[in-house]
Amino acid sequence: MKLKSTLENYLFVLPAVSIFTIFYIIPFFFVLRLSLFDWDGIGRISSATFVGLNNFKEILLQDPNWWEAMRNAGWITLIALTLQNALAFLLALACDREIKMKNFYRVIFFIPPILSEIVVGMVWRFIINDIDGANIVNRLLSHMGLGQFVHSWLSDPKTALTTVALVHSWKGFGWGFLIFLAGLQTIPAEFYEAARVDGANAWQSFRNITIPLLIPVIILVAILTILGTMQAFVLILGLVGGELAGHTSVPVLRILTVMRDSSRFSYSCSLGINLGIILVIISFIQYKFSERARNLA
Amino acid sequence: MFANKIICSLLLLFSMVGCAPQKETGKTAITIWHWMTDRAPALQELVKRYEAKTGIKVNFELYAPSDAYSQKVRAAAQGANLPDIFGILGEKRDFASFIRAGYILDLTPYMDENNSAWRNKFFAKALAVDEFSEGNSYGIDSGIYGVPIDIVTIQMVYNKTLLNQLGLNHQRPPQTFAEFLDIGKKIKAAKLQGLVSGWVETWMIDCFANNFAFNIMGKDKVLATIRGEVPYTDPDWIQVLTLFKQMQESGVLADGVVTMINKTAEQLFANGKAVFAFNGSWCVNVYKAMNPSLDYAAMLPPQASDKYPMAIWGGAGSSFMVNATSKNKEAAVRFLKWFTDTDQQAYLAEATNNLPANKESLRKIPEALASFSKAMDYSTHPNIWGVSEFPVVIEAWDRGIQSIILGEKTPEKVASEVQKIKERELAKKRVY
Repeated sequence: MKLKSTLENYLFVLPAVSIFTIFYIIPFFFVLRLSLFDWDGIGRISSATFVGLNNFKEILLQDPNWWEAMRNAGWITLIALTLQNALAFLLALACDREIKMKNFYRVIFFIPPILSEIVVGMVWRFIINDIDGANIVNRLLSHMGLGQFVHSWLSDPKTALTTVALVHSWKGFGWGFLIFLAGLQTIPAEFYEAARVDGANAWQSFRNITIPLLIPVIILVAILTILGTMQAFVLILGLVGGELAGHTSVPVLRILTVMRDSSRFSYSCSLGINLGIILVIISFIQYKFSERARNLA
Repeated sequence: MFANKIICSLLLLFSMVGCAPQKETGKTAITIWHWMTDRAPALQELVKRYEAKTGIKVNFELYAPSDAYSQKVRAAAQGANLPDIFGILGEKRDFASFIRAGYILDLTPYMDENNSAWRNKFFAKALAVDEFSEGNSYGIDSGIYGVPIDIVTIQMVYNKTLLNQLGLNHQRPPQTFAEFLDIGKKIKAAKLQGLVSGWVETWMIDCFANNFAFNIMGKDKVLATIRGEVPYTDPDWIQVLTLFKQMQESGVLADGVVTMINKTAEQLFANGKAVFAFNGSWCVNVYKAMNPSLDYAAMLPPQASDKYPMAIWGGAGSSFMVNATSKNKEAAVRFLKWFTDTDQQAYLAEATNNLPANKESLRKIPEALASFSKAMDYSTHPNIWGVSEFPVVIEAWDRGIQSIILGEKTPEKVASEVQKIKERELAKKRVY
């Protein structure tokens, strides 16, 4: 009976496991194998030359473009972790209260994340770009008497990456908003009532009830933000069109460029493996950090 | 109950697996993949004519833009499901890889039939792009492996109206690099854009730089550098890089040219906002659609040196190859023979404003297109050099030029970085 029940359960998860295996696990091992060869992605794989770990050595020691892409992704992630998630949290706090039209705001704030990235990139390029766009941002700055800040935001390497990061944050805050809002709504109202009875003010309630109980949610949002932002690239293609001499290069865009523009398909596979390893290490560090944070809370 | 669960699971599994499309049976159908959005209507018209004449159905399938098309073709090669006819966008080494993998039919026997009747229809420089010569460095048996369907040249174009507005004579565009730089000050004062081009696409920077490399040091030294016999730190190469610094400082380059996609560059030039553009002869069709009244002409890039002639990239614009593994390869070859015949090429030239690859088809072409065709005598193409540079070296070179334009690096620093990468690749003895 127990065996039958167990078999039934496995049968139900079999489709999902099969799809996961076919589209994730098997390709992963295929890519891992390819990363050990020198293959141009066109001829038969049997004609590829085995090079062992040479591709990985090249990544570590001879590919400054890759690490520049990593740094750029790190900068976008930092802005996402701070500005994006702070905005999401503040808006979630606001929408958790009994305010007019809160349902309307909840819908509006969730629209950016569901928009196509390439569409968002092209629309914002139209808004920001002073060469082929409507140059709306610069015109607004001029009208507001802030003409000294008029700038080629997307063409200047000093500002292009931060501009991309801000647009990325605009697009991404909706996810954090939704998760924070869900988290806030799981906090029992009795806790706040009890705190009010004990004489706690709003700030004390926020610091001693809201934040500690939201730590698991904050950590979840942080993990999702890092994993999602480190793999972003479509937005950059829509906004900037390319790597801007490396200034807007990010890891996935780098992998695509190497795969598409050179005959080094295997090397692009090893870049992908390298990115995966780095993301696993980051996730592990975050996991350890989250356990500590939960204990402290 | 258990049986119900089994049935539900199986239904769930089948619902996630798409049904394979039914293959068409009956008449021969040739499938051709292409990326040429602007030619799609003209190609469909030719398909109708061919089906009316022979009863054979031809499907032109469009996959744009060109980099998405390239990816599709590569993925299809890996899955061994290339169509009957397709094109290869990329370097000659990629072309060689496809041939080595057995995906491309050697067309030499067909070209040589009937006293080389088919071969002799084409401009020699156009066919050369699809040809591998005896003893080539790619290890491919000599022969012709593709069919050019048009020719292009990539040059500069200038707006006659704006040039007049700047107080210059539109019948005499800048002939020397110094004259070109001088115009930069006038352009800035008039608040116009100077030279526009899609230089976010690094191959266009490569092309522009290469033109001047040929002009400054000659073809032999350029090829010797690719072979590793001359370093990129040679003064001639530094002079090539310095030209970009000079252009940026003079103001003759458009703002944000390094982040410009070619479509934007085309729009700016077509809308009369840029004085110069660097683009291929396909732009004639594009400008006509954007602004039919645009008054412009083509010009060679202004010479930086008198020592060697200016060279531009030109030759076969687009080529089609026949899939050697296709069941319809004979039908595919017959279609390509018809497609590149005089009448069809003339129709395509008139309908799409692209230069025909068939030299007998140069009947009525617009003045702007005619000025592009006159430059064929100056043309060269990486695919006919017999050697290819390492991709990482090309990338470092192109990014280095972008950095020079952005004011981040000096020409000497870029040359040194490129040479370091070149030496590293030579040491690996990787062969392309």
